[in-house]
Amino acid sequence: MNASLAPVVTLRTQASGDLDDAPSLASASSAAKKGLTTMTTQPFLKVEGLKRQFPQPGKPDPAPVFEELHFGIERGQFVCVLGHSGCGKTTILNILAGLDEATDGHVIMDGREVRGPSLDRGVVFQGHALMPWLSALKNVEFAVRSRHPDWSAKQVREHAVKYLELVHLGHALDKKPAELSGGMKQRVGIARAFSIEPKMLLLDEPFGALDALTRGSIQDELIGIVEATQQTVFMITHDVDEAILLADRIVLMTNGPRAKIAEIVVNPLARPRVRETLHQQPAFYTLRNHLVDFLVKRSREFQPGPDWDPKHPPLVHPGQASQSA
Amino acid sequence: MKKAWLAPLLSALFFALFVGVWYLATSAPSGGGAAPDMDPEYAALMGAQAQAGGQSAMPGPGEVAAKIWEHLSDPFYDRGTNDKGLGIQISYSIARVLGGYLLAALVAIPLGFVIGMSPLVYKALDPFIQILKPISPLAWMPLALYTIKDSGISAIFVIFICSLWPMLVNTAFGVASVRREWLNVARTLEVSPMRKAFLVILPAAAPTILTGMRISIGIAWLVIVAAEMLVGGTGIGYFVWNEWNNLSITNIITAILLIGLVGMLLDHILAWIARAISWRE
Repeated sequence: MNASLAPVVTLRTQASGDLDDAPSLASASSAAKKGLTTMTTQPFLKVEGLKRQFPQPGKPDPAPVFEELHFGIERGQFVCVLGHSGCGKTTILNILAGLDEATDGHVIMDGREVRGPSLDRGVVFQGHALMPWLSALKNVEFAVRSRHPDWSAKQVREHAVKYLELVHLGHALDKKPAELSGGMKQRVGIARAFSIEPKMLLLDEPFGALDALTRGSIQDELIGIVEATQQTVFMITHDVDEAILLADRIVLMTNGPRAKIAEIVVNPLARPRVRETLHQQPAFYTLRNHLVDFLVKRSREFQPGPDWDPKHPPLVHPGQASQSA
Repeated sequence: MKKAWLAPLLSALFFALFVGVWYLATSAPSGGGAAPDMDPEYAALMGAQAQAGGQSAMPGPGEVAAKIWEHLSDPFYDRGTNDKGLGIQISYSIARVLGGYLLAALVAIPLGFVIGMSPLVYKALDPFIQILKPISPLAWMPLALYTIKDSGISAIFVIFICSLWPMLVNTAFGVASVRREWLNVARTLEVSPMRKAFLVILPAAAPTILTGMRISIGIAWLVIVAAEMLVGGTGIGYFVWNEWNNLSITNIITAILLIGLVGMLLDHILAWIARAISWRE
């Protein structure tokens, strides 16, 4: 295990203006996986020096929830952020979505700085956030209509129905959210986010309120739809198994306040991943133990070592390290 | 639920009991000797009435029922200023209430929207609302009569001013408390301000707005009777006051019943609309 903690390779090159041509191992492997040939040093989404302070009465300089966050997401990559409550995960997502503003630092997506919300980033909210006066179909149509104001009613409807069928809700189009179960509501939320075909999808603990069985089936649906659409996904979770099942990269955050990115774990498990057989893959338990170990112990005790650089959080390959050990 | 007829049966029983007591109370002989106790001067003033032995003007249920039947069979007669059918009078009242009420809705709902959307405007207008809201609408009457110089329009103005506040306050509250997550959905979808106002905020706040509208119509209907008593001329309030001057208690009771029925009807219409636009989570 201790060998696995050593950083294997750093994620990115130094500063935003740096045009160093050498591709990182990380982006190379990801790009190869998704069948992309062009490689750049600039990841699709780039987070630089993110910091968020919430004003507190009587405190001129309150401790930031998190600070010095640097990480990148490649196109088509599925990145999970894992950390305890209070480390500001939802705040990060809100900043990426453009719903909240960072105290310091910035987010660059596809070469443009994120300023305010945009149809380029679809959000699945923690609560389903469906409008209860609209049926499932109308909720999705509302999003489709926002994306394509010039479409005819028929086009909008067909597009919305297509995405509701992707999450297997073709039979519940005209049901109001109150008539749907928790899992079905969240699936409508997912269909709504996918229906606008955003450049990137942001999911804020979408399955947190669901029972294990429902969660499993919706995770499977999510895997299917992400693989079909090659969607870039940023997802927040505190469920280790969910992160293992879904993510290419797992960003580990220390406890707040002043939360930091302790390391970024590369998920070594091969795709397609199937829930039933996932734990039979050799690297599964090494990875799982590594993550659990972080959550129960190191997230609390993390002390930056001399080699730890917030601009280049260590990229860890738990599976590989254990195989070589 | 299996005894659905029980409550209506009980209602009928209560009604029968009430009518029975009423009948007994009004048909009882009036003490045997009202006339000898009467002050001679008053007896002289009363004339023929004194001969009748000071009989109460309070009618029995039979007389009232006959009067109601009389009014129902000819509600829209018009025999001059002080003798119009009950149907005509109540129509005047309803027209005034609806006029003032709809004007108030036209002002209160858009203004409440603005107040609810902007905490700054809310804070700025709050002291005015706080002071204006508790003023009895009838207190405005002299001011209205002086400035408007038309008693009919003054009555409408009084209805306007009393319907305004519940709708204004409820709209502002409903708009201000629209769930943040729905607004965030609208923001991430880059929904235009107008679409957001009509497709997100309005439906989200609609149940609260309707509650305000329902309170307003109730108050407006309460106030119109008093306003018409002051203004005079037409309307159910004027009718009641006029019949008081005629000492026709039968007519007054008939009018009271009618006021109650119309009030209930107005309330039910609003309740029905509220049900139609309310949503459940």
